Amino acid sequence: MINYIYQLVAPGAFAIKYEDMDFGENVVIKPCYMAICHADQRYYLGLRDQQVLNKKLPMALIHECCGEVVYDPSGTYKTGEKVALIPNVKGCEDPVIFENYASDARFLSSGSDGFLREYIDLPLDRVVSCGKLMPKLAAVTEFVSVAAHSVRRFSVISHERRDTIAVWGDGSLAFVMANILRLEFPESKIVVIGKNSRKLSYFSFVDQTILADFIPDTFSCDHAFECCGGEGSYYAIEDIIRYIRPQGSVMLMGVSENRVAINTRDILEKGLTFVGSSRSGREDFEKAVACMQDRKFQKRLELIVYEDEKVNSVGDIHRVFQTDTQTPFKTVFEWGL
Amino acid sequence: MIFAGILAGGTGSRMNIADMPKQFLDLGGRPIVIHTLEKFLLNERIDEIYVGVHPGWLTHMESLVEKYIKVKRECVHIVEGGTDRNSTIMNIVDAIEAKHGMSEEHYIITHDSVRPFLTSRIINDNIDAVLKYKVCDTVIPATDTIVVSENGENISEIPVRDKMYQGQTPQSFQMTLLRRLYEELNETERGILTDACKIAVVRNQPVYLVQGEPSNMKLTTISDYNIAQAMVGGNFID
Repeated sequence: MINYIYQLVAPGAFAIKYEDMDFGENVVIKPCYMAICHADQRYYLGLRDQQVLNKKLPMALIHECCGEVVYDPSGTYKTGEKVALIPNVKGCEDPVIFENYASDARFLSSGSDGFLREYIDLPLDRVVSCGKLMPKLAAVTEFVSVAAHSVRRFSVISHERRDTIAVWGDGSLAFVMANILRLEFPESKIVVIGKNSRKLSYFSFVDQTILADFIPDTFSCDHAFECCGGEGSYYAIEDIIRYIRPQGSVMLMGVSENRVAINTRDILEKGLTFVGSSRSGREDFEKAVACMQDRKFQKRLELIVYEDEKVNSVGDIHRVFQTDTQTPFKTVFEWGL
Repeated sequence: MIFAGILAGGTGSRMNIADMPKQFLDLGGRPIVIHTLEKFLLNERIDEIYVGVHPGWLTHMESLVEKYIKVKRECVHIVEGGTDRNSTIMNIVDAIEAKHGMSEEHYIITHDSVRPFLTSRIINDNIDAVLKYKVCDTVIPATDTIVVSENGENISEIPVRDKMYQGQTPQSFQMTLLRRLYEELNETERGILTDACKIAVVRNQPVYLVQGEPSNMKLTTISDYNIAQAMVGGNFID
């Protein structure tokens, strides 16, 4: 079958690649809903370094997607079953290293074609059933799994005094991160520190929100999650080091194009642990789906998911990317191509 | 029920590259008709697929299905094609009704086997349209100016391009309506009305337009075939 793959060939320009799809051992999925990530948007807008663009394009964007199984030779999934798709392509099995950090792993929509395709074929273990989850929420399973992965690592690495856990950031990642922390550590005080009071007002489920420019001198936390990225990374890390208590763990999750200078003197003095956390694997997807069964979790997610009109043409793909620049949190869309 | 009818009844190649009908030629490693068939097989809204094939190529088509089709093979039925396009469609309709009976709830999505670049979006739009309007045709806006000449020497008319479209397939019908329209034709009309949607048009049956795609092209000539090969990274033929 000739499959349509919608590749970004240059910032703001798509072209269709036609590719024969064989029906072998892989599961074939019809994509239903997709979500746009900042990483996709940086490619679309041409905000990545030119050398990176030259190396990675042409490439199909999008790594947040749910769909329906149309063919599964293993019989594991029923035809029509709703699934979330894992964009991490595993390397060799390693009992020590997580699959998403393996040096021989690949990631769809960063070097390989992402999910902007008519049909998608994936190995059986790259598909996770998402049950009766509404499609517009199922589309952000990957996004939730990234937060689930961070919590999984945090649970193992951080010391057990977790009276106050602070999240720096007021965007989508901070929102989902705070949600999972609320679910996983119900006894902890969850504090969110951000720059935008309007966005902070969405975090009604946490114990406290603080504007980054007005953090009280008396404030402190046991552990911190940095969910800012970009230009905000420097200021967030600077504040975290200042306000975190000794031997706290800092989960770094925001992506920055630039190198960030950090105050190593105080990191040493406080004996802090910094952990880089990025992407996710199958176990995290399963955890994400489990979290998303929680009714309150779903209701909160709905607040930050904006559903744009259905995509039925290449022109519509441009439209959703432009819409995404105007929405404060996540943009999802139904895929009709 | 919703059926697909794939028209693979042709015997000529018009490509001068093989004696084999063009729907059986290789495209990127597999026969053209197989690519077309698979696109329908992946659509969950389609219940069964009938392929109309010239009697001389029935066994060959059966072998191809056996060899290549891994998805829902039991939903594929091969029937003898007729002497022309419409009679092949009617042979398919006969085969469907012989198995499933006549019903106002039966719809058929007919498609040229040599349009393998069909998209799932076009199939779904056809299904939506035929369920609502009973007949629909897939078209794209004409990009070239259309010129009409009655005698082949002088221009008789240049229609307004904005109103001109190029017909593609699928063409989709409520089956009982299609049968009634076809059976109302006399032998002369059957000889002239080679396009199934035209049968509806001349009987004043509204035909809804579904947006096609320029890539949903019909592989008719060697240059079409070479363009298609280039699109999927296949081999060219000189």
